[in-house]
Formats: sequence, structure tokens, C-alpha cells
Amino acid sequence: MIIKRPDSIKASEITDETNYQNRREFLSTVSRSTLALAAGASFPVLLGSRRTDAAPALGNIQKSRYALDEEKTPIEDITRYNNFYEFSTDKEGPALLARKFKTDPWTLRIEGEVNKPATYQLEDFIKPYTLEERVYRLRCVEAWSMVIPWVGFAFADVLKKVEPTSRAKFVEFTTLYDPRQMPGQQRRVLEWPYVEGLRIDEAAHPLTILAVGLYGKLLPNQNGAPLRLVVPWKYGFKNIKSIVRIRFTEKQPGTTWNIAGPQEYGFYANVNPTVDHPRWSQARERRIGDFFKRETLMFNGYADEVAGLYSGMDLRKYY
Amino acid sequence: MRRYIKPAVFLICLIPLAILVCDAFHQALGANPVEKITHRTGDWSLRFLLITLAVTPLRKLFGWKSLMRYRRMLGLFAFFYVCLHFATYLVFDHFFDIGEMAKDIAKRPYITVGFTAFLLLIPLAVTSTGKMMKRLGRHWQRLHQLVYVSAVCGILHYLWLVKADLLQPLIYAVILLLLFGIRVWYQRKPLDTAFLEYSN
Ligand code: HEM
Repeated sequence: MIIKRPDSIKASEITDETNYQNRREFLSTVSRSTLALAAGASFPVLLGSRRTDAAPALGNIQKSRYALDEEKTPIEDITRYNNFYEFSTDKEGPALLARKFKTDPWTLRIEGEVNKPATYQLEDFIKPYTLEERVYRLRCVEAWSMVIPWVGFAFADVLKKVEPTSRAKFVEFTTLYDPRQMPGQQRRVLEWPYVEGLRIDEAAHPLTILAVGLYGKLLPNQNGAPLRLVVPWKYGFKNIKSIVRIRFTEKQPGTTWNIAGPQEYGFYANVNPTVDHPRWSQARERRIGDFFKRETLMFNGYADEVAGLYSGMDLRKYY
Repeated sequence: MRRYIKPAVFLICLIPLAILVCDAFHQALGANPVEKITHRTGDWSLRFLLITLAVTPLRKLFGWKSLMRYRRMLGLFAFFYVCLHFATYLVFDHFFDIGEMAKDIAKRPYITVGFTAFLLLIPLAVTSTGKMMKRLGRHWQRLHQLVYVSAVCGILHYLWLVKADLLQPLIYAVILLLLFGIRVWYQRKPLDTAFLEYSN
């Protein structure tokens, strides 16, 4: 078994639960008493950031040639600053609200224009693939960025296995719809469930992965557990989380943010400093941990690898 | 007892700033402190604007005349928090690059209206002294009605900057509408009675 599920991990590998609880209590006491006024604001942060210590480790992770040599964003920041509207539109909300999110058992459907449509239990789906660590930049459309060590496998390997037909031109991904578990879905801020899509050649690109982990451990719930897409040259919203369905289609799928604001969020959503979002400049970004902004790179710095996918296309039109 | 109220209100108005500084000091501003500072100072600018605008309606509705003594201070606190808000943008988003900033203000509608709201508050802050009030006489009243325009721009600014969840700015919009409604209601009342007297 590649992924160690919580019940299969040696007790010694996990932060002792009482230890963990004590620390949480300590933290909250500190924040209540000494920070007095500030407690209201800092309390959720303290609570939200520590949880991932307890995430089970993943075994057998291969190194990859896609390991960016830039300072990685600390795990605390990656796990407490999330755009995951299924839980909350507040970035600190998902860490708190996704804590009890149930990701096991998890069913994944592969359907549409494929020779081998199937319904998998997540473990069975993942089993054949080699897990790799990929250190990628993540650039949000809101002009902030991170450097994240994902653990995942190339989507190209999935394609080999499920065999898309010649009619498959696009891949559509869908997030779980479960308003009882995902309180953000109780309000229609977006069309639920969340849908994202890629052109088939984008999906087949070696940089495109399905991620199951982060920093060598199982993906925390707020980061899109148990299975999420990572396409590092596109804006963050393309990286759909908590996937339950992958469908191969002939037509370009309707994608959630594109439906919500077609002038603002394109289907392609490639990181491009020369094409501004109507409301934000995309020329610069704030790397989490920095105070000042830095220049944004074309295709988020992956131009050498991916520019060829778009040769001859007007990137102002297909933003 | 009474003379302590004003200093107390003053200190209360500083609490949001105290919390901000305290959180900054304890690194409790989250993963993106600059964004958090922008958001908190923006929120408090708008809240103080609306609190200031609530003074007259509350006085008229409930006869709380003494509230009037705090109105200027509340208004100046609104201005104070916008200044912090704008300073965050100037320093951390643009690092004093005035040219870039001017382009940004011209290009992005939400920044344009935010900046308008800010500019409108400057003459009001400048003319907020007793001396100025006397000097401007009845024009003062007219001039200071601009605070409504500023609040409308502030709310538009908020409405245009959110990505999908309009709930918060809409709540502020409803509050502003209510306050404005009360004001209009009281303004036309004397007219109505005057009309009645005349027709009698
Ligand atoms: C009376 C004037 C203003 C008011 C009442 C105001 C209010 C606000 C509010 C309520 C927010 C959102 C806070 C949140 O999401 O919690 C905000 C955000 C923001 N404001 Fe202002 N603001 C004003 C003026 C300005 C000015 C003059 C600028 C810059 C030129 C500015 C730049 C920004 C920026 C950059 C954001 C953050 C946008 C984002 O997160 O994408 N604001 N403001």
C-alpha cells in the first residue's frame, strides 16, 4: 500500500494525541490570557495552524526533476491560508471548518470518452502510480504566491491507464458536492459543485499532476484532500480540490469561475504578467512570507516547458 | 464622571489599531500580514464612516443629544483608519512608486472609487475644527454632506473588490441606506407639516 491510512500507521509516527491536545490547550490559554484583546483575532490562527503535525506520512516518494530550487513556503502558511470556498470564503476558514471532513472512504469516477471508464475506491485508483515530490510555484489570481512541495503522480500516467478515445479533447474535473460536510456549499456564492477543465494536451503535460500529499505527508483537508489537481503554470483556481469525478469530453467544459465571471476568469487561466485581470494587475505578486511584491513570471516560470502548448494562440483572447 | 467619557471613547476608537499592532507583534496576522492589515484598516474605515453617519439619525430617533459631542472625533477616526489603509497600499503594494500607483488608481475601478472616497474625506477633516465651522457658516453643513458620497464610494469600492461573496459589502450597503433613509425621512417631515399648516 502506498498511502498509509491513519489506521495503518505506527503509533510512534504520530504526534501523541494528549501531547497535541495539551499544546493546543496551552496555546489557547496563552492567547486568552496574555493577548487579552488580541485573543479574538489570533485564537483561530493558533488553532488552525498546528493540525497538520498529526497528518500521516506517505511512504515511497520518489524525487523528481521538477523540484524548484526556491525557498519553500512553511507548512503552517500553506495549511492556514486557503481559498477553498466549499468550506469558507475566508482564507482562514477552511483550516477550521474542514477538520472533520471525511475523505475515507472516497470514490472516484472516471467516465466519458475513455476506453476504460470505472468507479474506483481511492486507494485502488492510486495504487499503480509512483508518487513523486514536485516542488512547484503556486500563483493565485489574487496576486499572491507560494512554493509548495506536493506529493503526487503525473496525470499523463492516468491517461495511459484509462485510455481516452480519439474524441476526448478535454478533461473535466468535479469536486465533491456535500453541503452537510462542506458548509460553504450551503450558500450559492458559486455554482456548486465546482468544476474545472483542461485541454487534453495540457492534461497530458508532464508538469500536470494529481496530488495526494504535501511536505511528505497526506494532503491536509483544507488543501483539497484526498485528491487534487496541480497545474503549476495556471492560476490557483484551476487546481481543483477534493475530486470525485474525471470526465473526458469532446467539448470544452463549463468551468466554475469562468461561469461566475467570464470577463475575469478565462478557461485557460495561464499565469501571464502581461494580461491583467480587470480588477487586479497580474504584473506582480506577493510571495507569502515577503512584505513586498516581486515580478510575476510568464507561465509562472514554466514557459520553457509549456509555451509550446499555446503557440499561435492569442493569449489576450484566450486568457 | 462626564468628563471621562470623551477620553474613554477616544481610547475605544483606538482598540482596533491596538489589536492590529498587538497581532503584528505576536506574528498573529496570518500567512499574508499585508493583506490582513489592508483588510482590517479598510473594514474599520468603513465602520467608522457608518458610525459617524449614525450619530444624527440616532439623535433624531431617540433624542440622544449628547452623541453629537463625539461626532467629530468619530469622523476623524474614520479618516485616521483610511490613512492607515492607504499607507499600507502606498508602502507595501507600490513602495512609493507614485507613477505605478497613479496608473493603478486610474485603471482599476475599485481603486478609483476607493481613492475618491479617501480624497473626499480630506477637506472634511481639514474643516472639522470649530474655527472652520464658524468661518464656513451654513456652507459647512453642505460641505460635510459629502461624507455620504464618500461612504457610497467606500461601499462601491468593497462591492467591486470581492470575488464572489457579496454578503459583507451588501450588509454595509443596507446599513447606509437605512441611515440615509432616516435622514431623508426627518428632512421631509417639517416640510410636510409646513404644507399642512399652509393648506389649513
Ligand atoms: C473611504 C475610503 C475607503 C474605505 C471605506 C475602504 C474600505 C475598504 C474595505 C472595507 C476593504 C475590504 C476589507 C475586507 O475585505 O475585509 C478594502 C480593501 C482594499 N482597499 Fe480600501 N477603502 C478605502 C479607500 C482605499 C484607498 C484610497 C485605496 C488605495 C488607493 C484602497 C485600497 C484597498 C485595497 C488594495 C484593498 C484590498 C483589496 C483586495 O483584497 O483585493 N482603499 N477597503
